[in-house]
Amino acid sequence: MPMQEHDATGIVIDAASYEDLQTIIQIDSNASGEAKPEFWLECYKRQGTELNSTFLVAKSDGEIAGFTIGTIKTWEFGSPACGWVETIIVAPEFRGQSIGTQLFDAVVSHFRSNGITTVRTMLDISDHALMSFFRFQGMSAGPFIELEMQSE
Amino acid sequence: MKLQQATRYSILAVLHMASRPNEQIPASELADIYGVSQHHLAKVLRTLSRARIVESMRGAGGGCSFIGDARKITLYDIIRLFEDDWLTPRTTEAEAPTDVSAELFRVLGEVDRITAATLQSVTLQTIINNAERVARRRDQNQGNSHKA
Repeated sequence: MPMQEHDATGIVIDAASYEDLQTIIQIDSNASGEAKPEFWLECYKRQGTELNSTFLVAKSDGEIAGFTIGTIKTWEFGSPACGWVETIIVAPEFRGQSIGTQLFDAVVSHFRSNGITTVRTMLDISDHALMSFFRFQGMSAGPFIELEMQSE
Repeated sequence: MKLQQATRYSILAVLHMASRPNEQIPASELADIYGVSQHHLAKVLRTLSRARIVESMRGAGGGCSFIGDARKITLYDIIRLFEDDWLTPRTTEAEAPTDVSAELFRVLGEVDRITAATLQSVTLQTIINNAERVARRRDQNQGNSHKA
């Protein structure tokens, strides 16, 4: 099980528990405008069944401030093993305290402890704030590009 | 993408100053490092000063200093001070009268969308941090090769 990580600001990073799901669903719903309880429940379950997946929450004084999911995938799109940051969200009232960075560091640390040093993510091109966050962590455009179409 | 000379110098000058916050940097130092005339640089600095990104101090010990927020100002913010025609303009029906021409402009727009998103997401601090990371790695590699 992932460790508890404390820092000087009192933020604790820990594995998400079933009891955390309701708040996670609420934070995501506030951010995206859509509640997705089944999706987050599946993410939570996957953590228990897939050793390559981690679901972490950041807590401030016991309150959930944000969360992240990281998954190691091998040969997806022909790529050797790499760690995907599948989601990272910090509740608005906790932003500006480097909690996103702590979550990012924790998920990257999970990848590294599994021998993975390549980290990837995907996001909406119009979400400049989130892209700015990932770039601030040192990420930049990689060798893959996402393409899509509407089938007729 | 090809930026105008003034735009390139402005980005370089701002990054140079932002990487040394709270310091007055003589314009002559910027001119020497980046090989630009002081006259040309003065014009660039005036524009940056009007945008409240840098501040110029005259007299002995004078120079320019960065007064913006390096974690908020993006490359896009600097570029748009100097260039207004670097993205493909929105096409009218007259300019794209056929389906093929409309598709061509859609592809060009796709390139612009990626360019604009990239520039809007890269802050000055991100460039400075990344440059420091590269330097740290280089120093570590040199240290390791000396040990070997």
